Amino acid sequence: MFLISCPYCGERDQSEFVSGGEAHIARPKQPTELNDDQWAEYLFMRKNIKGIQFERWNHVHGCRKWFNVARDTSNDKIEKIYKMGEQPPKI
Amino acid sequence: MSKNLRINNKHFVDETRKLSFTFNGKKLYGYKGDTLASALLSNDIHLVGRSFKYHRPRGIMTSGSEEPNAILQIGNDDALTEPNVRATEIELYDGLICNSQNCWPSVKFDIGGINNFLSPLLPAGFYYKTFMWPASFWEKYEYFIRKSAGLGKSPSKQDPDMYDHRYLHCDILIVGGGVSGLMAAKIASDDNKKVLLLEDKELLGGSLIYDDSDISKIDNQKSSEWLKKLIVNIKNDKNIIIKTRTSLAAYHNYNFLLARQNLTDHLSVNDRNNKIRQRLYKIRAKKVIISTGAIERPQVFHNNDRPGIMLASAVKKYIDYYGVRCGLENVIFTNNDSAYETALSLHKSGTKLNAIIDIRDNSSSEIVNQVKNLGIQIYWNHTVVDTKGYKRINKVTVMKLNDKGNDVIGKKIDLNCDCLAISGGWTPMVHLFTQSGGKLRFDNKDNIFVPDKTNLDQLSIGSAKGDFELDDVLKNSIKDTKKFLNIENSNFDKIDVKCSKEKEKKNIWLLPSDRPLSKTKPFLDYQNDSTAKDIKLALREGFKSIEHVKRYTTTGMGTDQGKLANMHALGIVADTTNTNMGDLGTTTFRPPYTPLTFGTIVGRNVGQFFDIFRKTPMHEWHVENNAKFENVGQWKRAWYYPKDGETMHDAVQRESKAARESSGILDASTLGKIDIQGTDANEFLNRVYTNAWSKLQIGKCRYGLMLNEDGMVYDDGVTTRLGENHYLMTTTTGGAANVMSKLEDYLQTEWPELDVFLTSVTDHYATASVCGPNAKKIINKIFKDLDLSDESFPHMSFKEVKLGDINCRVMRISFTGELSYEINVEASYGKYIWEKCIEAGKEFNITPYGTETMHLLRAEKGFIIVGQDTDGTMTPVDLQMDWIISKKKYDFIGKRSLYRSDTVREDRKQLVGLLTDDPNEILEEGAQIVKDENKKPVDMLGHVTSSYFSPTLKKSIALAVLKEGKKLKGQKLLVPMIDKTIKVTVSDTIFLDKENERING
Ligand SMILES: [Zn+2]
Repeated sequence: MFLISCPYCGERDQSEFVSGGEAHIARPKQPTELNDDQWAEYLFMRKNIKGIQFERWNHVHGCRKWFNVARDTSNDKIEKIYKMGEQPPKI
Repeated sequence: MSKNLRINNKHFVDETRKLSFTFNGKKLYGYKGDTLASALLSNDIHLVGRSFKYHRPRGIMTSGSEEPNAILQIGNDDALTEPNVRATEIELYDGLICNSQNCWPSVKFDIGGINNFLSPLLPAGFYYKTFMWPASFWEKYEYFIRKSAGLGKSPSKQDPDMYDHRYLHCDILIVGGGVSGLMAAKIASDDNKKVLLLEDKELLGGSLIYDDSDISKIDNQKSSEWLKKLIVNIKNDKNIIIKTRTSLAAYHNYNFLLARQNLTDHLSVNDRNNKIRQRLYKIRAKKVIISTGAIERPQVFHNNDRPGIMLASAVKKYIDYYGVRCGLENVIFTNNDSAYETALSLHKSGTKLNAIIDIRDNSSSEIVNQVKNLGIQIYWNHTVVDTKGYKRINKVTVMKLNDKGNDVIGKKIDLNCDCLAISGGWTPMVHLFTQSGGKLRFDNKDNIFVPDKTNLDQLSIGSAKGDFELDDVLKNSIKDTKKFLNIENSNFDKIDVKCSKEKEKKNIWLLPSDRPLSKTKPFLDYQNDSTAKDIKLALREGFKSIEHVKRYTTTGMGTDQGKLANMHALGIVADTTNTNMGDLGTTTFRPPYTPLTFGTIVGRNVGQFFDIFRKTPMHEWHVENNAKFENVGQWKRAWYYPKDGETMHDAVQRESKAARESSGILDASTLGKIDIQGTDANEFLNRVYTNAWSKLQIGKCRYGLMLNEDGMVYDDGVTTRLGENHYLMTTTTGGAANVMSKLEDYLQTEWPELDVFLTSVTDHYATASVCGPNAKKIINKIFKDLDLSDESFPHMSFKEVKLGDINCRVMRISFTGELSYEINVEASYGKYIWEKCIEAGKEFNITPYGTETMHLLRAEKGFIIVGQDTDGTMTPVDLQMDWIISKKKYDFIGKRSLYRSDTVREDRKQLVGLLTDDPNEILEEGAQIVKDENKKPVDMLGHVTSSYFSPTLKKSIALAVLKEGKKLKGQKLLVPMIDKTIKVTVSDTIFLDKENERING
């Protein structure tokens, strides 16, 4: 059970949150311009890194805000939490 | 009992409080403070069970949670009986009833014991190798395996006990109330930290509290006396919260831990009434100190499992703590100094010690010298090669070791004994450390795994980290705790510790015998009956990874998780394969550390709290009117309303006929409702639904289909434009929460520029849906001033109207194909408006109908139910709903996916109707559809998703998904069932009123 520090509410138990997978995958602005491969890249391809992974999390049983988390998947340590729209930190 | 096994005047057992208990039907006595094990031993009972595979007689071996043999069935009540309870852990109470497990007909005469003589036929992997083939024999195998295996009986009735959960937060959590844990607690408290101290026993102090040695001294006092003063000090310390009888079950990441406290298990059954039995603590600790101590290892030699063979430290504890002699003729067999403490305890208590066998060449430590001075015979450089005595050891055979320690030489020496105290050294209890993700390091000097790297804010101290001698334990615990807590000085800094120091070490994982290994039974895992031979066999058969060896031989897979067996198993693998033990790695320890009962895990979440459910405001009415309910998500929805003993089929036929012929009423309150406001609300709907919303006028409703980005149907529902920038979206009952989350996700992360606000109002409104040819007349009776003409209030439109003070939103929308009105009111008026409709509809035989009838009515019209007719692999095109995909919109969620190479395939499964050749034959939902039954394997073309008997059409109808279904209209196909094959014809999905005339009444 992680402790996650929601940027809007503060430190809370993991059970209040859901993970939304890999972060920084923007929905293409013009999907119709993309060929199948390019669309599939957006739709299906996700990294599964051992190490620092940038993820989306949602404080679903709290303020319901989405935010970003840099998590080390090898030990679940959260290195950084930052708001939607912000650039990923250099770790 | 004629034998004098009880030693008087021991402090930890109250001899003024005699307790009676029953073991295998025999009434026995013990004292308050005894464990069940010490009470049994005081009655000269060692034999308590039979081993799992060979059914060999087994006795009490330890005094703690590592006990592999003395696992008993406690109680004989169908609800309260508990299997697999370790006799060494349960405190004796008056009236305790216990029985041996895994033996039939009795522990003394066990038919399964024949397995012992058949053991050459039962090597490692026996079950895997034998019970593989033919598959049809499995049912027979299973019967025999289950009968001869099995550890105890589960209770057959519901657990009547009460369990509790509680959260605890602390600066420092200390696990283990032995001397190092107690000192760490004091150091942390003196630094003003909030300390939580857990101890799994009744009393604090660990093994030092009953230490009676003259050699060990702390600050010139007897170590146990010094410790007792520290405990008094700690009990009065306001910074320290102590939980005894509390064992740590699991240590998770982020210092989140679970601990179980026993609150009533030590009380007699009558004293437990209305008390909470166990409490589960969910602990968040800033820092954790593990001081769980160490457990003694056995030695691995031929016939090392007879009753009466015990760990030396256990023999000492039974004497010094419980005042119980485990035997009157004792022999000690050791490879280290610690067993000499047992020798001194035996001597002090006036218990006969016949000899000590030590595999080392000699030892000249202070404690060994003291034993030597007592004139006790010590066989140096000797090993036990065999033991005798079926139900209790009566003899050990000893031989000299050769120089290499891999064979025995010289003459056999027989020694009489009724208790053999063995010690193979000590293993730090690193289970919690590894559970928390910590990595171990192998210490070649002591042959132990010790805590090494961890990512958590935690520290292991005392013998849990590999310090075994008193001065090391104390001084390193102080030093490490101070460093861990960033403290300069502590009150223990000048502590003076004296103890005996071990100088000689020798370790042989598998001791040699005068017989070949194949003719011996050197047990490793007593519970699972795996021997050193099995490990070697597994290696010969090519198993290399220690995890594979473990599973193949089942070593370490019992309820004790191999607390005693694992080190020897690793050692033998390392020796056999010429590997360094540190390179082998260890098997994984998983929570719980000791078994937890289900009651503790679920706590108060039982009965009505097990899975909470949601009720609509009309729920009580449905109950009063005999509704049967079905679960939809968390909702209890009225399913059907049987009258006068009707079956579900009868009720549904009646309800749906009434709805089509006059009027029906449905509680639709559970549909998800999302209030959408903002200047970009219309644009937002255009992006989330497949169809166009720009032209929807205020006061009008529209059906929408929502896709996932992969093009698959996600949800559907009707959205009403309430105002210029105000919409009310409805979703499916089950999908409400997910749709809300999905919409919020897009708004926050993809389209933050949109001015849109979402509010879930599902619970705020109650909805009564009145349908049928007479619906208009009923609504007219309720809302007399409301213009219901088709011109003023056409299909797919909405009006706001008052009924007294109640604001009602009335939508004319239909999921049944009938003329239909949905009345939405604030939830608190839900039951009122429902009863108003029932009253107004009485003259038209208004009939309440449930979800089953709703499903039938919509199926007649070919309307889909997302989640029933779709399963996350259906596009709108697959559903033959091409009409709802806007061609004009540049983009919406999932649009691009609708022309991926996979989604445009023509041979996808598509939604079709099915009609059975026999109109009375109702297909089963989920049934498979095939074309040719004879071709094997049979190609599965699709399956039935919805199926009903339509009373209006007087025939069976079904929806199905079918490969290339659109092209197959009119084709004959087959639905094979277990006892027959049903002939069907592919049809259109709309069975009734294709012209849509009924919605106008
Ligand atoms: Zn929050």
